[in-house]
Amino acid sequence: MKRAFVALTAVALLLFAAAQPATAGGQKPSGDLTVFAAASLTESFDAIGKQFEKKYPDVNVKFNYDASSNLATQINQGAPADVFASADQDNLQKTIDAGTVTPPPEVFAKNRLEIAVEKGNPKKIKNLADLEKSGLVVVLCDDPVPCGKYAAQSLQKAGVNITPASKEENAKATLSKVSIGEADASIVYVTDVKAAKGSTGGVRIPDNVNVVASYPMGVVTQSQNQTAAKAWEQYVLSKAGQKTLRKFGFLPP
Amino acid sequence: MRHRRRRPPVAVAVLAAVAVAFFVVPLVGLLQRAPWSELAGDLTDPVVRDALRLSIVCSVGATALAFVLGLPLAWVLARTDLPGRRLVRALVLLPMVLPPVVGGVALLLAFGRRGLVGQYLDDWFGITLPFTTWGAILAEAFVAMPFFVIVVEAGLRSLDTRYEEAAATLGARRFTTFRRVVLPLIAPSVIAGAALTWARALGEFGATILFAGNLQGKTQTMPLAIFVELQTNLGGAIALSLVLLAVSIVVLVSLRDRWFPA
Repeated sequence: MKRAFVALTAVALLLFAAAQPATAGGQKPSGDLTVFAAASLTESFDAIGKQFEKKYPDVNVKFNYDASSNLATQINQGAPADVFASADQDNLQKTIDAGTVTPPPEVFAKNRLEIAVEKGNPKKIKNLADLEKSGLVVVLCDDPVPCGKYAAQSLQKAGVNITPASKEENAKATLSKVSIGEADASIVYVTDVKAAKGSTGGVRIPDNVNVVASYPMGVVTQSQNQTAAKAWEQYVLSKAGQKTLRKFGFLPP
Repeated sequence: MRHRRRRPPVAVAVLAAVAVAFFVVPLVGLLQRAPWSELAGDLTDPVVRDALRLSIVCSVGATALAFVLGLPLAWVLARTDLPGRRLVRALVLLPMVLPPVVGGVALLLAFGRRGLVGQYLDDWFGITLPFTTWGAILAEAFVAMPFFVIVVEAGLRSLDTRYEEAAATLGARRFTTFRRVVLPLIAPSVIAGAALTWARALGEFGATILFAGNLQGKTQTMPLAIFVELQTNLGGAIALSLVLLAVSIVVLVSLRDRWFPA
């Protein structure tokens, strides 16, 4: 009986040892990779995902795009993510503080804000101050959402005080209210307006009242696929990944 | 003869127990994380208070709308043989199975500023519904009214038409008959339908956030506030969830004899 137990333990240990290299460094990434990313990364990460799968055919990348604040809550409640890419430092820090994402965070891109307006800019909006005009329907991202926080900072810098008609759940939802004509304007990222491909117009916000959004990324501590998660991080920071991010209008980190 | 209760087979009992656990465990999870000592503070937080107030306004408004429009509709469905009645009933009940998010998109495309009807409301009357409390009421009514119609229609159907005929032979006009004879007789159905409608309206999320947006004190009802608070203030989100849970239990208990005879 005892001998059988010892033998079983030995076998288990051997199996464990054999399984180890699969998750250690230097191994080719494979399996499923789940990336939780800020909604503003939708188009760029979709493109990078395709490139990544081409480079590592054994990896299957899946995305969960939403407000970074929402993703941080989900990860802290144990959502099965491998990588977390946030649109701000605060929400990534929230996961590091909770011990769910392994530090250090790696900033991989920067972004700026822009006023999204209806196609052709029928309300002739030229700057942030124009958003104060009465009768104008402006929607913003909600307060805890990074784009909402950044928009508040930018409006404060410009000394503009507006009451939004709604505070939407993420950058894409905020932009969509403009593209379907329900709102006259919103403040989202430069990349969101670019990705909308002409279904909305954009009005530049000058640098002195604009805000620089830093996008950090981290590997989820409980990730079952650390190899692929680290490879993803490396790929996004690589020349090819950065080139794609530039193409979608992101700034270098 | 007394009905003898039989023991279920083990496998059935185990699966049934799993099903019960599946329903109970999430509730326990919610309750065990509840910040009981800070509950009073969480419930007086401005965001939470506004959401509570707005939820009451919107759900009562949606129920009133369901009463005003749903009662005549239920009567038409139960008491007339209008052609296409079955199709109408199917259409009316559709929101019960339609994902509320789809309802929200549909409402936006119909009553939004550029919508099928909404553009005229805007051009002719200057009325825009999205991002207003009226929009939230409409979204809730869209999703919840079918409950009222279906329950009241069933109540009317089970009511013997001879009561109405008797009232008519005594000289009562149709409206008087309805108000003095029919309505009191179907009152239990009306109350049950209203309670179900109200509870459904109170919990509405998808159609509301899409059609009415999300603004504290204006369109941010309790479910929306829970969604937002969860990102920053877990305590507030749980406190609001407990309120909705308590309301659900009250509705369930008060309707138990009607819907869930033991």
